[in-house]
Amino acid sequence: MATSNLVEVQNVTFSYDEREVLKDINLVVPQGKVVAIMGLSGCGKTTLLRLIGGALFPDRGEVRVAGRVVNKLGDAELFALRRRMGMLFQFGALFTDISSFENVAFQMREHTNLPESIIRDLALMKLQAVGLRGAADLMPSELSGGMARRVALARSIALDPMLMMYDEPFTGLDPISLGVIGQLIRRLNDSLGATSIVVTHDVAEALELVDYVYYMSAGKVEFQGTPDQVRAAGLSSLRQFVYGEPDGPVPFHYPAPDYRQDLLAQ
Amino acid sequence: MTGRIAELMRALGARIVNNWIWRLGFACRFLWFTLKESGASFRRFHLTIREIYFTGVLSLIIILVSGLFVGMVLGLQGYDTLVRYGSSEALGVLVSLSLVRELGPVVAGLLFASRAGSAITAEIGLMKATEQLSAMEMMAVDPIARVVAPRFWAGVISMPLLAALFSAMGVFGGYLVGVRLIGVDEGSFWSQMQAAVDFREDVLNGVIKSLVFGVAVTWIAVYEGYDAPPTAEGVSGATTRTVVTSSLAILALDFVLTALMFRGH
Repeated sequence: MATSNLVEVQNVTFSYDEREVLKDINLVVPQGKVVAIMGLSGCGKTTLLRLIGGALFPDRGEVRVAGRVVNKLGDAELFALRRRMGMLFQFGALFTDISSFENVAFQMREHTNLPESIIRDLALMKLQAVGLRGAADLMPSELSGGMARRVALARSIALDPMLMMYDEPFTGLDPISLGVIGQLIRRLNDSLGATSIVVTHDVAEALELVDYVYYMSAGKVEFQGTPDQVRAAGLSSLRQFVYGEPDGPVPFHYPAPDYRQDLLAQ
Repeated sequence: MTGRIAELMRALGARIVNNWIWRLGFACRFLWFTLKESGASFRRFHLTIREIYFTGVLSLIIILVSGLFVGMVLGLQGYDTLVRYGSSEALGVLVSLSLVRELGPVVAGLLFASRAGSAITAEIGLMKATEQLSAMEMMAVDPIARVVAPRFWAGVISMPLLAALFSAMGVFGGYLVGVRLIGVDEGSFWSQMQAAVDFREDVLNGVIKSLVFGVAVTWIAVYEGYDAPPTAEGVSGATTRTVVTSSLAILALDFVLTALMFRGH
């Protein structure tokens, strides 16, 4: 079925044991767009990404990718769908016992019967796309944080996925690497004709990069709109998040007994 | 009073069920999945060969050196005892039977658990902690088939070979001390050994023991790694558990297998 929305999350609720992490979430990701899911740490962003990737299943509701209900697929169908998805993990998650080149070639070796010469060319092209063809023979332990993230990015686009998912791609990067990763996300999305979901709390970088934003708080979508609408939004919790204000609807202090009483208590 | 005893019994029962029976059930299911997903380990045997190198070949030094010293000690102690009864020529029999029946499989198994079992647990645990296993799953590659099964089979294949090499080195160590150093008659040493050691009764039973220990140690190692909490403490705890549980399993299984195999013939 042709669909203009590649990903559709409908009325999804999810709990870890007793703790409800996502509450009746609705969200769509149109084909070809880069969509950000933003929010504070622990608001359920990464969980949502894992639900879309089929690594977790919702308690209620549906997650559709390319018209298929992810949470109702069998193992074989789910793995077939995942071959058309790429995911960049927060710290890259490169396989540490093989070189950068082998990391990128991993999926090609696992899922195709391509001859070695073609695998070599394809892997080098992917590394060239992230500017690290020269680092093909380096082991992950020899790469800087930013380089490792770029190799992981090359690995995740190895089979030209239709959907790219980025889990906190900017965490812990220096400003140059951060800019590079941001540009790559946009460029790769447009040149591969893919659709991307970026889970992040890096507001400045994300707003420059994406087409649409979902802002989540306490397991709910509190606001959605274009980057300009986000900047202009009056919602106090979103303003606090976007402008990095230390106090506001999200309090600076963790709940505690009265300060004076606590100090005077024997 | 009765209430407190009931409370204690309940707590003890809950502890046993949650900590032991539940984990054992989970480990059995894990073994079943590992066996079910083992096809790739044989179809793409290079994956298993690579793990045999890490678990087997890299364990060779410790196994060979330990085997040599254990054999040398057996030669010294055995001679010391046998000479009192005027049967020092039987030294070869004592050394070889001790090694192929017991010390070969058991000591090689204990060394294998400490050297290779702990490494397997730590590696899989760290792969989990650094999201490498999750990344693999997201790439539509089953980590049990790609990571666990080759390591499991590598351990199962390596262990009997290591135990055999341990025993061979032990016999050589016994020969060095008994024949070369002390001067036991060389002909008696080898011929009595040849006559007394039965292939099926002694050697084959020793191989079966080492195979069972190989399955037990590697099963525990891969399970503990896969089940480890993804933190530094979690991985270190899992590694410790692998060595402790494997060692106890080897000793307990050895008793059971010995009781079944050698009934005083």
